[in-house]
Amino acid sequence: MVRPLGFLVGLGFITALVLAIFTTPLKNEPNVAYSFVKHPRHVKLASDGLVPHWDKAQLQRGMQVYKEVCSACHSLNLVAFRNIQDLGYTEGQVKTFAKGFQVPSVNPDTGEVATRDGLPSDHFPAPYANDVAARAANNNAIPPDLSLITKAREGGKDYIYSLLTGYQNPPANLPAELKPGTGLHYNPYFPNLNLAMAKPLAENQVTYADGTKASVDQMAKDVTAFLVWTAEPKLVKRVQVGWAVFFFLLIFTVLAYLSYRNIWADKKH
Amino acid sequence: MSFPWAKPYEPKHPLMKWMDEKLPIPRLVYNATGPGYPVPRNLNYFWNFGVLAGAALMIQIITGIVLAMHYAANVGVAFNSVEHIMRDVNAGWFIRYAHMNGASMFFIVVYLHIFRGLYYGSYKAPREMVWLLGVVIFLLMMATAFMGYVLPWGQMSFWGAQVITGFFSAIPLVGEPVRQWLLGGFVPDNATLNRFFSLHYLLPFVILGVIILHIWALHIPGSNNPTGIEVKDEQDTVPFHPYYTAKDGFGLGVFLLVFVALTFFSPNMLGHADNYIPANSLSTPAHIVPEWYFLPFYAILKAFTFNFLWIDAKLWGVIAMFASIALLFFLPWLDSSPVKSSTYRPLYRIFFWVLVADVLLLGWCGMQPAEQPWVILSQLGAIYYFAHFLVILPIVSRIERPLPMPNSITEAVLAKHAPDAASGPAAA
Repeated sequence: MVRPLGFLVGLGFITALVLAIFTTPLKNEPNVAYSFVKHPRHVKLASDGLVPHWDKAQLQRGMQVYKEVCSACHSLNLVAFRNIQDLGYTEGQVKTFAKGFQVPSVNPDTGEVATRDGLPSDHFPAPYANDVAARAANNNAIPPDLSLITKAREGGKDYIYSLLTGYQNPPANLPAELKPGTGLHYNPYFPNLNLAMAKPLAENQVTYADGTKASVDQMAKDVTAFLVWTAEPKLVKRVQVGWAVFFFLLIFTVLAYLSYRNIWADKKH
Repeated sequence: MSFPWAKPYEPKHPLMKWMDEKLPIPRLVYNATGPGYPVPRNLNYFWNFGVLAGAALMIQIITGIVLAMHYAANVGVAFNSVEHIMRDVNAGWFIRYAHMNGASMFFIVVYLHIFRGLYYGSYKAPREMVWLLGVVIFLLMMATAFMGYVLPWGQMSFWGAQVITGFFSAIPLVGEPVRQWLLGGFVPDNATLNRFFSLHYLLPFVILGVIILHIWALHIPGSNNPTGIEVKDEQDTVPFHPYYTAKDGFGLGVFLLVFVALTFFSPNMLGHADNYIPANSLSTPAHIVPEWYFLPFYAILKAFTFNFLWIDAKLWGVIAMFASIALLFFLPWLDSSPVKSSTYRPLYRIFFWVLVADVLLLGWCGMQPAEQPWVILSQLGAIYYFAHFLVILPIVSRIERPLPMPNSITEAVLAKHAPDAASGPAAA
């Protein structure tokens, strides 16, 4: 019974599929935009690979770029001031840094909405009170939170770096319907080619305390490195622990293999 | 329940004797995974994957219980509670990445376990019940994994829940009410997240229960082996302990090495970037793709693009997707060949490898957007998938002439070790 019934069911599915093959056009709808989108350019950071470390000077510069440029529109909700001790700041420096921010609060006497000086336990304050305010100020596009951005985009850090350095004039052969509309900016690394964010970085936009020249490329690299850290502050520790666990298990596995061979020595199998 | 030559359990220590009279758990362990369970002596490394699947489940349960201590199943805070685990909980990043990649490792070993069963005919009499329970475990795993993926409440969580519960809306008449009943609303929301969390915590223990039945059912006929020939006497077997405990110990080491490499060195390799974006019901991701272990079935779903008879394409896809798993329940009766192992099935062996390639092709197509050539490739892949099980296998098992087989496991083993292996089994 099972086999004849199964045969009929199988025939039913196969017929439906064969008909589907003959009714599906073999040509794709041409997607012109696709041919203009570029693959992200690779950016090499100290936190890459199997022996990563944090380049603290670079992370500090990256945080400066975030604070002086990106934070005008982008929040960093998941990062607390206390976390930046990882970047090589002392506890005192963190306290001073936090104090430089005003965070939302309530007046302890009147209960009215107020602000107070930041504490190390506070998170970076968001630039807009809510999404409506963010939309209103940015041509109807909400600037995404940057805490996880290097993990939340295909291409990761390479994509962020490429996007920041990839603004250019639209190519001459770009079809009219793909040209940037009002308030949009052409960037071949962005999947839709045109995005609401204007070119954020210009030469010498920030002044680095360590004397590094603030070229667009340098700032883009630095802020990308910083955003790799914000996306996963435990990245370096993760790989380091990983090696310890890996070598421990390697020894275990070798011993397990030897004992397996020993136990089976007298048994043909 | 086992072979007559199985070593009997004889407790020596007075405490163990006392225990044996009151609650014979040591006896159970001894007879199930100790020297009291005789196992064919010729099992190859593919027989490691059952134990490894059990280990993967235990890892998931332990890491999952710890995660549940820190996770909050509420749409307002779920996403940030996962990030709280990643950032602020001691070793939380490790527990979370281990759980995330543990799911993938679980599916990898279970798929290898299933294909081992397909190659060596482990689903055939007298082990049909083992196979049936195995398919139940597989279905429970898929449900558990799907609900687990919803919990971080990222974009892919939300849209995955939207798409997968959407399958039910393809059912005529009652589809939409059923979907709303499953979700507890019109779209995935807090009610959905809460029930998925509850079920995600429950189902692994149901799986554990079915695994106990799976092993129980296995221990009645005993394990299959690469020759597919049943055990005849004592020299065909070795006691499970120490022989296979040692071999499984080595297998576990290799499994953990791969697991550790994935978890610590490339934990997001098998995930989707979109799931690091908080769920947003107003913004649909460009490509909604399930986790890798669902991709072959997703490709089958998408392969049906034609309204055939009175059934529309979407319903065809949903029925076919469920059928592609459900047909495994009938496998022991679809394949009527008395020969189990593909080693002696020259014709079936070819189709087996075509099936492996086909499932990999379907998996690859499942990842791609609905564009050519992926559509036609998934249609061809789906045709072969159904043809393999429902048409080819019943016919092959009728017409195939099996190769000459050794008389016993021991004979096969000795022939392999004979100095003149070329002369075949007859030399032993």
